[in-house]
Amino acid sequence: MRDKLVDLKDAIAELVRDGDSVVLGACLEPMIPFAATHELIRQGKRDLAMIAPISDASTDMLIGGGCVAKVIGAWVGNVSGGLGHNYRRAAEKRVPRSIAIEDYSNFALGMALTAGAYGMPFAPLRSLLGSDILKSNPRFKVTQNPLVDQPDPVVLVPPLKPDVAVLAVQRADRLGNSHFWGNTGLAQEAALAAERVIVIADEIVETPVILSDPNRILFPAFRVAAVAHVSAGVHPSPMVGAWRRDNDFFADYHARSRDREGFLAWLAEWVLDLPDHAAYRAKLGAGLERLRISGAAPAAAVNYAAD
Amino acid sequence: MHGRPEYTTQELMIVAAAREIADGEVVFVGMRLPIMAFGVARLTHAPNAVGLFECGIVRHRPADGMLYTMGDPPNQVGAAWLTGTVQLMGMLQGGRVDIGFIGGAEIDRFGNINSSYIGDFAAPTVKLPGSGGAADIAAMSGRVLAIMNHENHRLVPKVSYVTSVGYLGGAAERAACGLRRGGPAAVITDRAILRPHGPDRELHLASWHPGESAESVSANTGWSLRRLPNAHETPPPGAAELEALHRIDRDGFWRR
Repeated sequence: MRDKLVDLKDAIAELVRDGDSVVLGACLEPMIPFAATHELIRQGKRDLAMIAPISDASTDMLIGGGCVAKVIGAWVGNVSGGLGHNYRRAAEKRVPRSIAIEDYSNFALGMALTAGAYGMPFAPLRSLLGSDILKSNPRFKVTQNPLVDQPDPVVLVPPLKPDVAVLAVQRADRLGNSHFWGNTGLAQEAALAAERVIVIADEIVETPVILSDPNRILFPAFRVAAVAHVSAGVHPSPMVGAWRRDNDFFADYHARSRDREGFLAWLAEWVLDLPDHAAYRAKLGAGLERLRISGAAPAAAVNYAAD
Repeated sequence: MHGRPEYTTQELMIVAAAREIADGEVVFVGMRLPIMAFGVARLTHAPNAVGLFECGIVRHRPADGMLYTMGDPPNQVGAAWLTGTVQLMGMLQGGRVDIGFIGGAEIDRFGNINSSYIGDFAAPTVKLPGSGGAADIAAMSGRVLAIMNHENHRLVPKVSYVTSVGYLGGAAERAACGLRRGGPAAVITDRAILRPHGPDRELHLASWHPGESAESVSANTGWSLRRLPNAHETPPPGAAELEALHRIDRDGFWRR
């Protein structure tokens, strides 16, 4: 298998094209590769369709950065603050541009990615019946369950196959084998459904480390297009065993993004005026070190011996 | 104060929510208040309740440490299962969840909740964050508990957009759209507890919190609020409940 270790800058430049559908961070609140969010904005990517199973404030930043034409989403905001101010400005006032919105619920998004991953023509759901999500998202259809005679309405959700999935992991090797632990959200479905997977690894390790515990691999290396090594690439979101959540950072972003000028000043300070994530980490300085998890709670070893 | 513990309105709401959880029940826990409510229930009257978090976490015991979100590391260490959203939402669809907690910007007299759009969805005056998992929890839990701030513009006659389905225009409409179970069992606000009543399952006043009255609650409700025959004052939190809450939220972050 080929060496897939590249700079984040190169991975984003080569693997994300204007107009792509992108799922970035799929574990809901934790494990969101904000380093990639910043790089997409820095490189001026345009007309992206963001598939958004929460992804905390990442989607709001990309909308404010002018990168997004469409949100295929269950939730866009700021988990610590509530509303997403950039999402509001785009939806209500077309600032910085108009966006199209396809409403999903978390389960509908998960089942759509499942259908995309496994080549299913649609996913049937018993959720969303009676919800206005069925009105504002005309891609969903309600039909009668064809396998029974009594009335049984079912919602059909079309498959979603993202062009790109950008997913954070605790550790990976250069070939794209990776270990992930903690809640998985929709990360596995996103990785298996996407055309191209970019892995953002907090640590690069030798291959035998990963292959010593293949049950901890969430998606196989042959589905991975690139591996970027970015320490604390998930900041300000948390990563089990590595980084705490920087709640103050989210709160500061929420306060400063309340108006467009404040957001642009925040964006210049934390994204556009910094060349890369190393400069971002340096700017965080001692604040970042305070978020590092230093305790140890190792899992018991498991035995994979064959005989 | 003669032996009566002091508490904040937030604490009263958390304890009231905890009391809705019966021992052994499987609970889809939402963010903020419900996390604390689940913890209080576990430490008091419901030691065998199980907590499900939509990001893919199952817990038996409450997290030991401050949680800003359900996905924070303290909610993961010592979990009973770390898995995916589809696995837990799938079990919700399979009928394995007794209670789900949700919130929203607006709720109406039949318990329908809006967390998506104020105004026309094609040209909204306010774009709210959206469903997250709330629409799924509302549709498929055995029963739903809603947590809201009690203001005229939040408790409205009819929501402008149904994100999370309640009883629609009355209980028969919920059944007619194909939902097999569930619906709101209680709405816990900062002024009162409302419960569905009668064949339509319209929300009625069940209890008003200390310091409020049936009249003050009605004055802050956007529809003509009827009261249950046995409506009463909400019992204040007990010492054991407050002690449990203070153990979980040591810094008081979620109780202010």
